Amino acid sequence: MRGISDLGSLDITAIRNGLTTKKFSATELATETLRFAERENPKTNAYLTFSPERALRTAAKVDAEIASGLSGGALAGVPLGVKDVIVTRGLRTTCGSHSLESYIPPYDATAVYRLESEGAVVIGKLNCDEFAMGSSNENSAFGPVRNPRALDRVPGGSSGGSAAAVAQGTAVVTLGSDTGGSIRQPASFCGVVGVTPTYGRVSRYGLVAFASSLDHIGPFARTVKDAAAVLRAMAGRDEQDSTSSFAPIGDYEAAMQMPVKGLKLGLPREYFEGLGRETGDVIGAAVKQLETLGCTVQEISLPHTKYALSCYYIIATAEASSNLARYDGVRYSTRTESSTLSDMYRDSRGDNFGSEVKRRIMLGTYVLSAGYYDAYYKKAQQVRTLIARDFSEAFRQVDAIVAPVSPFPAFRIGEKVQDPLAMYLSDVYTLTGDLAGVPCMSVPCGQSTEGLPIGLQIFTRHFDEATMFRIAHGYEQSTSR
Amino acid sequence: MNLTEKEVRYIADLANLRLSDDEVAKMSQDLGHILTHIEELNQLNTSTVEPMAQVLFDADETATLREDVPRSTLTNEEALANAAAKGSGYFKVPKVIDRS
Repeated sequence: MRGISDLGSLDITAIRNGLTTKKFSATELATETLRFAERENPKTNAYLTFSPERALRTAAKVDAEIASGLSGGALAGVPLGVKDVIVTRGLRTTCGSHSLESYIPPYDATAVYRLESEGAVVIGKLNCDEFAMGSSNENSAFGPVRNPRALDRVPGGSSGGSAAAVAQGTAVVTLGSDTGGSIRQPASFCGVVGVTPTYGRVSRYGLVAFASSLDHIGPFARTVKDAAAVLRAMAGRDEQDSTSSFAPIGDYEAAMQMPVKGLKLGLPREYFEGLGRETGDVIGAAVKQLETLGCTVQEISLPHTKYALSCYYIIATAEASSNLARYDGVRYSTRTESSTLSDMYRDSRGDNFGSEVKRRIMLGTYVLSAGYYDAYYKKAQQVRTLIARDFSEAFRQVDAIVAPVSPFPAFRIGEKVQDPLAMYLSDVYTLTGDLAGVPCMSVPCGQSTEGLPIGLQIFTRHFDEATMFRIAHGYEQSTSR
Repeated sequence: MNLTEKEVRYIADLANLRLSDDEVAKMSQDLGHILTHIEELNQLNTSTVEPMAQVLFDADETATLREDVPRSTLTNEEALANAAAKGSGYFKVPKVIDRS
């Protein structure tokens, strides 16, 4: 059995075994994880803040519960890192922005509250692109994150720190957020599992809003089983988020026990045009493997895929320009002193937002401005209907859709920063899932000749995370040694 | 399609965003490129397509309504804790009306 010295390979089951057989305590595990993470962090810059007091407090509670014969919770003692756009009571939450560099939230996000209630131990807060806007984690006001698999490469974004920490072994599981691919793309780049659940599956209460109709909280883990366990613990209706769903949460454990034989998979032809050759070969081999396991595979079409990028950059920026209006230097964000109120607003925002955030606020304000609303925003909402319809029509023929996550593996730090449109294009296969609101995930499926990880993307019907986990787990088990 | 610097300054004004002259120049170029790309949506005829105003919702429209009963909320002190300037239980901002 794995001991505490194998931090980088511990999973939730191994932690439970370690705790119940008294091989280690939750307090020892938290202390060791913090020590290891603080030592390793300078290599990647994944963590922005550590939370030793909070971690040891939760761990002590778990140890006390276990000593009294209780389970300590479904995630007892599991070291958890949280993306810094998800608020934590009394623990600094920066959103990767100078505008919130000293913000101490007065409440916990529902997702964090639920995971801690199940015994998860919050180790610290993870770096990300400013307000989750970016695809490389280079837009953080606190410096880029490096990919632990290749330190000269980006980890992906915007949840770069969340993916890097799991890959580096400085957390067992982490939370990220996905608005256009911000969980799946970094999971793919760092070689870990990343899940974007159905829109509404996880409460957004306490997720600092970027684009409310597209924002999702989801887990990162080293195994599909661990990701499913984290989702299970935080999913479900929350009175604090009126868009959170009443839909029953599936039994993911039971689903993962079922063979994948007989499931019908669709390969969307639009996701294989313009795909890098290496990535195409690796994805092709993964699809072959699923066929070997008894899935049937057919080509399908999601005809409006090419319009997703334009549709997304109108809707996401429009919503962002409204959501970010609250950072005015009055209630919580950093203030630049000026003699008049309106100069104080303008200077505070001008001084403390980074260039990508400004660009998106400007684009969003433009598309919503008088005379342009119908031409841009309404048009984009209509195209969003067409994109969602592509998925519902495909799901009449197949149980799941499999595709690449990204056209290419992790690129070099600095490679795309000068060209916003080229950066946006790295999300071309992930935007559709958020626009349609369907569950989707990235599961590691191989690597490039340079050793860079490549992820396989799986989409299923609304609220059918169970089938998604069944396929991902079946694939993972058949390829792991 | 290109945005003039005048248009950029007008939008920045609407967004309450101070931009330097360099930022205005860069923004007019960047937004121009992105808006040109976005024009591809006009290739689609959407005259009969409903705009997607709600992602999905699986229950009655009234399902999220709750009883209107008082609940505990942030204290005054908690609400003010992150303010740049405060006093006497209020947020403080620069003077809005000058009586001189």
